[in-house]
Amino acid sequence: MSVLEVADVHLSFAGVKAIDGVSFEVGPAELLAVIGPNGAGKTSVFNVLSGVYRPQSGRVEFLGEDLLARRPHEIAAMGMARTFQNVELFHNLTVLDNLMLGRHHHFRYGALSALWWFGRARRAELAARAEVEEIIDFLELEAWRRHPVRLLPYGVQKRVELGRALAMEPRLLLLDEPVAGMNLEETEDMARFVLDIRDELGIPIVLVDHDMGLVMDLADRVLVLDFGRPVALGTPAEVQQDPRVVEAYLGGTA
Amino acid sequence: MSGTRAGGPSAAPAIPTGRSRRVRGRPLLHTSYAQDMALLDTRAKRVSAAALVLLALALSAVLTDPALEVLAAAYVLAIGAIGLNIVTGYAGQVSLGHAFFVAIGAYTAAALSGPPGGDTLGYGITEIWVWLPAAGLAAAAAGVLVAPLATRLRGLYLAIVTLGLVFLGEHVFKEWQELTGGVGVGREAAVPTLLGVRLDQDGAFGTREQQLYLLMLVLLVVFAVAARNLARSRVGRAFAAIRDRDIAAAVIGVPLTRYKVLAFGVSSFYAGCAGALLFTLSGYVEPGSFNLLLSVQFIAMVLIGGVATVSGAIAGALFLSLLQPLTRALPALVPVISGDTTQTPNVFQVETVLYGLLIVLFLIFEPRGLFGLWIRVRNYWKSWPFSY
Repeated sequence: MSVLEVADVHLSFAGVKAIDGVSFEVGPAELLAVIGPNGAGKTSVFNVLSGVYRPQSGRVEFLGEDLLARRPHEIAAMGMARTFQNVELFHNLTVLDNLMLGRHHHFRYGALSALWWFGRARRAELAARAEVEEIIDFLELEAWRRHPVRLLPYGVQKRVELGRALAMEPRLLLLDEPVAGMNLEETEDMARFVLDIRDELGIPIVLVDHDMGLVMDLADRVLVLDFGRPVALGTPAEVQQDPRVVEAYLGGTA
Repeated sequence: MSGTRAGGPSAAPAIPTGRSRRVRGRPLLHTSYAQDMALLDTRAKRVSAAALVLLALALSAVLTDPALEVLAAAYVLAIGAIGLNIVTGYAGQVSLGHAFFVAIGAYTAAALSGPPGGDTLGYGITEIWVWLPAAGLAAAAAGVLVAPLATRLRGLYLAIVTLGLVFLGEHVFKEWQELTGGVGVGREAAVPTLLGVRLDQDGAFGTREQQLYLLMLVLLVVFAVAARNLARSRVGRAFAAIRDRDIAAAVIGVPLTRYKVLAFGVSSFYAGCAGALLFTLSGYVEPGSFNLLLSVQFIAMVLIGGVATVSGAIAGALFLSLLQPLTRALPALVPVISGDTTQTPNVFQVETVLYGLLIVLFLIFEPRGLFGLWIRVRNYWKSWPFSY
């Protein structure tokens, strides 16, 4: 059974077709890469999946449940976690608080327990802290724990964002350009984390990136989009050979 | 990493989370998360917090009654400022309507504790533990009703709408004479009775001012600690997430509408309690008090004290309240400034200008407010006498 099933989704903004009939599936522990030139609709697909955009037609099922009628926070609670192309962390909060926010929907205590603190709230916060420390350990963020994220280097911010998504205990992870703007070393680190997440934690991943070396190395399958339309879907080797993909990236032969 | 495995139940953490040992001479070495996440996590903080509370208690025996009344008012205003800081500082929803919620609290309490059968509405319930929560809840209910606006509007637009609330309230309170007594007349404020003991008359615990001072001090500590707890919980984090990035907050699982409503509710609860208490000091409520200036005063307290910090809100309230006796002394010193509201320039205009000026100066030179100044001082002395 597939974790995510996207069938014939259409999304347009006034006259612009952002997504034009995209369909794909993500299997358990699969790493699917979505690639395409700028403006191909990769991030729009993510925004549909996380409930920020609502497509005009099509069907999206996550763990067998329909996603389209749900609000972003409900989708998050179902186990969909994502990172953003431009780092969307909570800039005034520390790394710890950002990661703790990832666990927001796992908490069960309310505002009144919070005002009193002792008892439910304290127990839940301590347990969550222990979970978050596991992620800090996994992503090697120990040195930055107490720093407000706005002061951190870009590469570390990207890692914190990945950590926040992991803290949600996702059933599916959406990574929007996790290595954009990174140097070679940071890219290698991130690639290692992505592989570990899939292999050790068994979390299926949808990855968008422009770093073709990374995509072809990591992905199990690749979906190529161009102007919102699916161009090709297959293993990295198949996709690389596909003349339509070459045309989408380099233009048609004159 | 078992705890984050997809779908699986959270495994019991193998890391110490409960009791653990302290190492002498290493105040920052925490050996458990409980130590690390404590409100007062170092010895220095515990000692200074206790010293501050003891000092505040001791002041009630040392200071004169008029000085105590100024401080008691400052404590009440601090409760209101903490409330504004919750919605504006933590949750980032700019509200100019704080005076409106303060008014609702003040009139709920006054009406509940007022003498039945008088000129104005009264039910004769003078016990403070009845009218204080009631005032808070009434204001919170109003806050919850207003909150849906905040889910549609942002920033300046929300500020303008909440500004409208102040004018709306001002008009209603001026015209609703049964409740408020009308302009220039006013009505008696809530009567603080604790288990049958009237605190606004000289009694067993000291003079009227001493009793009220102690009451306000205790309440301030309770409200401040509760606000700190809220701020460090999932709720406070969700507020901050909405302030910093609302879309990202929704995508990671924070329901925006619910938390904006909650922020307005809690903030208004604080405002309502502050309103109920504030006028017990003078014993008299006048409907003209709940104007834009009162809202601006609260905003000044938050900005001057420190945005999104509880201690900052308290510091700001103390700072502005202690400034007032100084400005009120101006007419005697500077003949141009009049003490009469009909004259220009008068003390009240000077105060308004001063608040504005202070806000501008703080925003330019220390946006973190008095709290930021404290951080600077602390950091300087941390490594003294070395530069690093």
